[in-house]
Formats: sequence, C-alpha cells, structure tokens
Amino acid sequence: MPRIIRHVLLILVPVVGAFAILPSIYSNHLLLFNFMIFIMLAQGVNVIYGFTGYLPFGYVGFFGAGAYGFSLMVIHLQAPPLLALPVGAGAAVALGLLLTPLFRLSGAYFSIANLAAALAVLQVVSNPNLENITKGPYGISLSGVFNPTLAYATALAVLAATLGLVVYLRNSRFGMALQAIREDPISASMAGINVVRERIIAWLLSALIAGLAGGVFAWYVSVFYPETVFSGEFTIFAIVFALFGGNATVTGPILGVVILYGLYNAVGISTPQYFQLIYGALIMGLVLFLPNGLVSLLRRWGLNVP
Amino acid sequence: MLLYTLLAGLLFGLYFSLIGLGLNLVFGVMRIVNLAHGDFLMLGAFLAFWLFTLFAINPISAILIVFASFAVVGLPLYYLLVPRLLKARDPEMLSFILFFGLSQVIEAVTTIAFGTSERSIPGGQLGIVIAAVKGFFTGHKVDNGPIDIFGQTFPAAWVASGVVSGLAVLFVYLYLYRTRLGYLTRAVMVNREEAVATGINVHRVSAFAFGIGLGLAAVAGVFAPFMLGSITPAMGVEVTVTSFTVIVIGSLGNPLGTVLGGLIYGISYMFMQSYYSSWANLLPYVLLIAILLVRPSGLLGRQVRRA
Repeated sequence: MPRIIRHVLLILVPVVGAFAILPSIYSNHLLLFNFMIFIMLAQGVNVIYGFTGYLPFGYVGFFGAGAYGFSLMVIHLQAPPLLALPVGAGAAVALGLLLTPLFRLSGAYFSIANLAAALAVLQVVSNPNLENITKGPYGISLSGVFNPTLAYATALAVLAATLGLVVYLRNSRFGMALQAIREDPISASMAGINVVRERIIAWLLSALIAGLAGGVFAWYVSVFYPETVFSGEFTIFAIVFALFGGNATVTGPILGVVILYGLYNAVGISTPQYFQLIYGALIMGLVLFLPNGLVSLLRRWGLNVP
Repeated sequence: MLLYTLLAGLLFGLYFSLIGLGLNLVFGVMRIVNLAHGDFLMLGAFLAFWLFTLFAINPISAILIVFASFAVVGLPLYYLLVPRLLKARDPEMLSFILFFGLSQVIEAVTTIAFGTSERSIPGGQLGIVIAAVKGFFTGHKVDNGPIDIFGQTFPAAWVASGVVSGLAVLFVYLYLYRTRLGYLTRAVMVNREEAVATGINVHRVSAFAFGIGLGLAAVAGVFAPFMLGSITPAMGVEVTVTSFTVIVIGSLGNPLGTVLGGLIYGISYMFMQSYYSSWANLLPYVLLIAILLVRPSGLLGRQVRRA
C-alpha cells in the first residue's frame, strides 16, 4: 500500500471520523468545533512554517479576512453561506497575494512585517469611519444564516481537506521541495526548484486554509467583534500547537492541539492567569529542550512518525 | 499648531528611541528577537510605581535603581536562556517563540501579583525635578508647571521624558564607542564568528548587552505612566510592536539608528494625531511595512540580503 494512502487511512479518516461521531456523545459542540478550528490553523501554520520555514506571526490576518469576507457577503449580498464561504476564503487568498512582496524579507523581518500587516487589517476593519461597510468596531451579527449543524458539517469537510493537503505535502515532491527551500533556498534553486513560485503556492494554500477556517468560524459563532477574529491568540496558539507537536509532520500539529488545547480547556477557562503562566513556561521549556516537538521525542525512541 | 506638533513629535520621538534602544541592542548583538521587551518595560514601570508609592522616591531618582536592578537581573537571565537557544537550528525564529513564552510568564506573574487594575504616577512629580534644576541654575525659585519651548507650552513630564531619553541614548553611544567592552560589543555585532575566532568572550559581551538592553527597557518604563498612559500588566504587547516599528525604521541591529527611527515615528505620530486622528492607529503598521519593503535593512542599514 503506498504511504500516502496509509496516511489517509491511519490519520485523516480516524480524526475526521472522531469529530463526526463525537457530537452525538459529547454535548459541548462549541468545544469540539474549536478543536477543529485549531487543528486547521495549526496545520495551516505547519504548511508555511513547518514545511517552508517562514514564521507567519500575523497568521490571524487570514483568519479574520476569511471571517469578514464571509460575513460581508452574507450581510450585503444576502449570499447563501455555502457560497459566501469560498468568497471569504478568496478574500484571505487575496490578502495573501497582496502580502507576497513580504517574501523579499527573510527571517525575523518577515515575521514582524506579517504581524504588522495583520494589525493593519484589524485597524482598517474596526475603523469607525467604515461602519457602513464593515460595521466598524461594533461587531457583526449573522443571525439570519445561523445554522450550527450545517456549519459543523462544513467545518468537518474543511478539516478533511486540510488534513488531506498536509498528507499530500508529507508524501509528495512538492512537499519535499518546500522542505528543501526551508533548509537552504540557494541549494534548492540550484537543484531546479522554482523557489519563488513554490513558496508563494505554499503561502497561498496556508492563507486559504485560514480563510476557510475563518469563514466557517464566523458562520458557526455568528456574532463576533473585530477583536475576536483578529485576536493574536489565534496566531500564537496555532504556532505553539504546531511547534509543540512537531513541524513538517501530519500528526504533530494534531497531537499539539489535542494535548495543549485540552489543557487550556481544563485549567485555562477558570484561572486564566495561572494557565498563562503554565503555558508560557511550557513554551519556554519546549524551545529550550525540545525544539523539534513531541514527535522528535518519539523519533528518538525509534518510532517512525508520519 | 505646526510648530507645536513638530516639537511634541520631537519629544515623543526621543522617548520612542529610548523604548526601541534596548531591543535593538539585544538584536544587534545576539541576533535574537526579544518579544518580551514590552513586558520588561511594564515591569520597570511597576518598579517605579512602587518605589514612588511606598518610599516616595521621585521617578527621576528611581531611574538609576530601576536600571541597575534590571541590568543585574539580565545577566543570569542571559546565561539561563540564550546560550542554549543559540545552539538550536534556527535561533532567530525560535527566539520569537521562546521570548513570547517569557512574555506570557511575566504577564501572568504580574497579573497574579498586582491584579489588572490601572495604575499611574502623578505627572507633577517630574515637574518638581525640572523646576528644581531650573531653580538651581537660574538662582531663583521656579514654579512647578508646564514648560515653554519656543513659545509653545508642554507638560513638564514630556520634557523630562525627552531629556532623559536623550541622555540614555548618549549613554549607549558612550558605552559602545568609548569603552573597551563597547568596542568588543561592536565587534560581535559586525561578525560573531570572527569575534569568537579573535578570542573575544562573546557570551560575556552579549550578557552585558542583554543586561543593558533590559535596563533601558525598564528605564523607558519609568516614563510610561506619563507618555503611554496608565500601566497594566497587559500593556507589554503593544509596546513591543511599537518598539519593533521604531527599530525597523531606524534599522534592525544598529542601536544608534534607533534614534532616527524614533524621531521619524514620533513626529509622524504627532502629525497623524493632530491632523488625521481617526486613522492614527494605522500609522505604525503601514509605516513598518512600507519601510521594510522599500529598504528591508532600515534607513541606516547596510545592504545585506541573503537569498
């Protein structure tokens, strides 16, 4: 059996299956939904940071663009949600295209510029002068299309597509090319990889994932403020989850979300500052002692982790 | 109005230079991004606040205490975190995440210790010092109050912050260009490997730079209640972004370029506030991206681009 099919059967199907079955036995659907969103985002970060090596510190910008693209379609054009969703994701991809010049920067410069870009988009969206278009800082209400069951099912589909993409990257020449770019762009281009094109494709795919996640998130929660969908926490959580599990793998980000987001829901809601403390300390320990994630620990024990 | 805006921009610009200075020193020497910079500034602000509230120590006199305590904390913190980090495959990227973790820890501990309420120091405290200094030089008693510069009136706190920031920049200049340790620091900034090869104790040099960087952040914190508004444990993130903007405009890794960045930032900030205030918050981000795209190494940076 080829590796790619094995990965689909052993990882994609069980994860998606679990999220399909769990709502009937566990009643906190919002929590399950958030788990799915974070798996998507962590995998999206994985695509651009894990495989390509660019740390998107303003990743939430795409999430917010997706959420707002979706909402504005619904509010102004009364579009049905399933049509508004791809348009919202298109908004995120358009933002990604707009930001491609940032690839002229490397390392920390790229991350900082990306963070600034996300904050700039937030400032524009939440500006009171644009109230007629974006509702400014007063937030969005989509009660007309509120349909949690369908939104949950759509999220499930997006999750499956995201995992499918990462499985593909893990087992294809394209994914290998991205990792070569990450290790050494000059050698990669010497080996015949079109560095500029490949990393822009990875970047847009990553934006697409976040845009879809943002759109479906807007649909599911249906009432939110600009600060909700542009909250830096999404970026941070996604990066930390991906890093904790292990970048450039399929299982790593999933493990990271299940363990860390699970921990967050166990202690974070009731005593946020203690959670923040544990979390910060955990991140520091991780970077200092396990910079390649949990998966590297398993590898050290001789397990082959997909 | 124009003159007022320009002068206020200069005062704020000097202060913004001070905010970015420590961050840039750390980046220049170690090539790591201290994402907890704003949180050290916040801690400095809290130290100044408690020194004032508990012991009635004037913020100006508190500067030396604040600087010394943070510089002393910085040395062990450097040896605890940085050497290990630099051994990793991609220290620049990982430093982002490591110091984000540190920033979370600091914010959490501060919240647990002090709660989330907003605190401030009366602005008149700085005016007292200025009035005393003026009185000392002119020989007669001077009233404590706003200060006139070229016929424009400014709060004494702004003037004091601007002056101290200017002195701090001068201090860093003297350290880098007039002391032996500063000479070695510049060598490490130019080329770390060659510095190691010449026998420079890179870790010692870096530890001092790290300590000074934290100290400068904390000193900037002393003036935060007057320049940035009241202090809360959560203020760090915003300050970190501002300092990044300032140092990227100046040029990352060139501490004295920070001054240029600070002045440009301060003046354009004041102009936006005066003439176009509803979009003023957008300015730092747009300015940051624009400058990065036009000159990735900052206005004063040398052209060094890899790949």
